[in-house]
Amino acid sequence: MPPNTESRKRAMSLLAQAEEATLAALWGRWPAKPAFDWLRRPEFGLVMTRGRMGGTGVAFNLGEITVTRCALRLADGTVGLAYVQGRSARKAEIAALADALGQDPHQRERVEQTILAPLAAKMAADRDVAAAETAATRVDFYTMVRGEDV
Amino acid sequence: MYVAVKGGEKAIRNAHRLLAKERRGDPDIAEISVPQIDGQLSLAVDRVMTEGSLYDRSLAALAIKQSRGDLIEAIFLVRAYRTTLPRFGGSEPIETGSMTVRRRISASFKDVPGGQLLGPTFDYTHRLIDFGLAAESECPAAELAPGPAETTVPSIASILGNEGLVETETDHNPSQPPGDVTSDALDFPAGRDLRLQALARGDEGFLLALGYSTQRGYARNHAFAGEIRVGTVTVEMFVEELGFTIAIGEITVTEVQMINQFKGSTTVPPQFTRGYGLSFGHCERKAMSMALVDRALRCRELDEDNVGAPAQDEEFVLSHCDNVQATGFVEHLKLPHYVDFQSELELVRRMRREVTERAGAQEAAE
Repeated sequence: MPPNTESRKRAMSLLAQAEEATLAALWGRWPAKPAFDWLRRPEFGLVMTRGRMGGTGVAFNLGEITVTRCALRLADGTVGLAYVQGRSARKAEIAALADALGQDPHQRERVEQTILAPLAAKMAADRDVAAAETAATRVDFYTMVRGEDV
Repeated sequence: MYVAVKGGEKAIRNAHRLLAKERRGDPDIAEISVPQIDGQLSLAVDRVMTEGSLYDRSLAALAIKQSRGDLIEAIFLVRAYRTTLPRFGGSEPIETGSMTVRRRISASFKDVPGGQLLGPTFDYTHRLIDFGLAAESECPAAELAPGPAETTVPSIASILGNEGLVETETDHNPSQPPGDVTSDALDFPAGRDLRLQALARGDEGFLLALGYSTQRGYARNHAFAGEIRVGTVTVEMFVEELGFTIAIGEITVTEVQMINQFKGSTTVPPQFTRGYGLSFGHCERKAMSMALVDRALRCRELDEDNVGAPAQDEEFVLSHCDNVQATGFVEHLKLPHYVDFQSELELVRRMRREVTERAGAQEAAE
C-alpha cells in the first residue's frame, strides 16, 4: 500500500458513515469551494451485505444496502472518489471533494481539522453516550433454589 | 390462467385517488412524516428493511407511509425499488463479534463475560397499556452508567468454542462467493448459504410459526438462547478502483445464537450444535425464529432423523417463506379471471346436463 493509503482509507470510511446534514454543515465552513469536473456523476446503487454462518463461519448474503458513488477531478487533476451509505448525491459530492482535497499535501491538514476530526469526534461522542446508556441496563440475575431441591 | 383485460382506466384512476384520500386520513389531523415513522415506529422500519432485504431507513419509512402501515405491501414496494438500482458489489462479511452492542443477553450463561446488557427491551414489561402515551408527554432521558463503558463484548460462541463444548464454525473457503437467491433460482437441496439468505428475507410470521412448531415437538432440537445481541457493525467493501477496502456504511443488526442438543461421532466427543439467526435492525423475534428453523433444516447435515416435520422440509420452508412471492400468488386471485372462470362454468354446465340426461334416459328405460 502507498504511504497515504491508510489515511485515505480512514477518511473515506468516516465520510461514508457520516450523516448528510452533519457533513453538509462541516463542508459549509470550507472557505473557497474548489472547481471540479465530474468523472462520474452521483449514482445510487446497492451493495450486497454478507454475514457469516454462526458469526464466524462461511459467508452468506444477508441483504443489500443503498450506496451512492461518484468520481470527480479538481482543476489540478486530483481525482476524488466516494462510496457513501444511503441515497444522497449531495453527501457523495462532498465526500468526493474531501477525498480529493485530502490527497493534496497543502490541504490535508485543513481537511482533517475542518471535516474529518469533527466527524470522528461526533461519532466517538455518540458511541460513548450509547455505551453509557446500554451499560446502565446491565443486569445480574440470581438463580433461586427451587422448592423440590430443598 | 389469467387472461388480460382492457378498460376501466377512469375507475382505476379514481380508486387510486380514493386510496390517497384514505391514506391521508382526517385532514384536520397533522400528516405523519417520514422521519416520524423512522424514529417512532422504528421496529416496523426494521422489519420492512429485513424482509424487503434492503437496508435504507428512510426508504422503508416512506414505504410504510405509502402502504398505510401494511408492512407486507411496504416490503413489496422496497423489493420493487431495489430492482431499479445497479449492484456495485458485495461487502466483506460483517464481523458481529466486534459489534458495538446496544443489547446483549444470554439465557444460558448467567455470568457471561461482558455481562448481560438488557438494552431497550419489551422483556420484563407487564404488557399493560400505557394510557400515559395517549397524551403527548415528556420522555425522561435514559440513565447513563458512570465511568467508561465497554462497547464490544466477546461472543458466546467464541467463549464456549474454546472448550470444544460447542461446534465451531470457520470460514474454510473465503474465496468462494456465497450463492444468491436474488440472481439464481433456488435448487434443492440448497446449501446453507442459500437457506440462510432465504430465511433472512423470509416472513416473520411464517418463521415464527415454524420455529414454534419445533419447540412443540415437530423436529424437536431443544434450543437454548445462547446469545442475542443487537448493535451496530460497519460494512466494508473492497473497491476495485481504489485497490483497498473501505467502510461504506454502518448498520444495526440482530444476531441470535441458538445452542441445541448434542452431536458427536466416533471421532468427535459430544458437543452442542448451533442454529443461527441474523437480521437487519432490531428484529429479535424474527432472528430467534430464523435460528430455530436454520437448526431444524440442518437435520441432514447433522445426520439426524428426518421425522417429516414441516420445519425440516427444506423445499417446503424455502418455497413458502417469502411473503412477497406468497402475497403475489394469493392476491393475484383478485384480478379478473373472467375467461378462465367462463370455461369452468361451461364445463360444469355440461357435466350437469349430462347427469340430467343420463338420469332421464334411465327413467325412460325403466
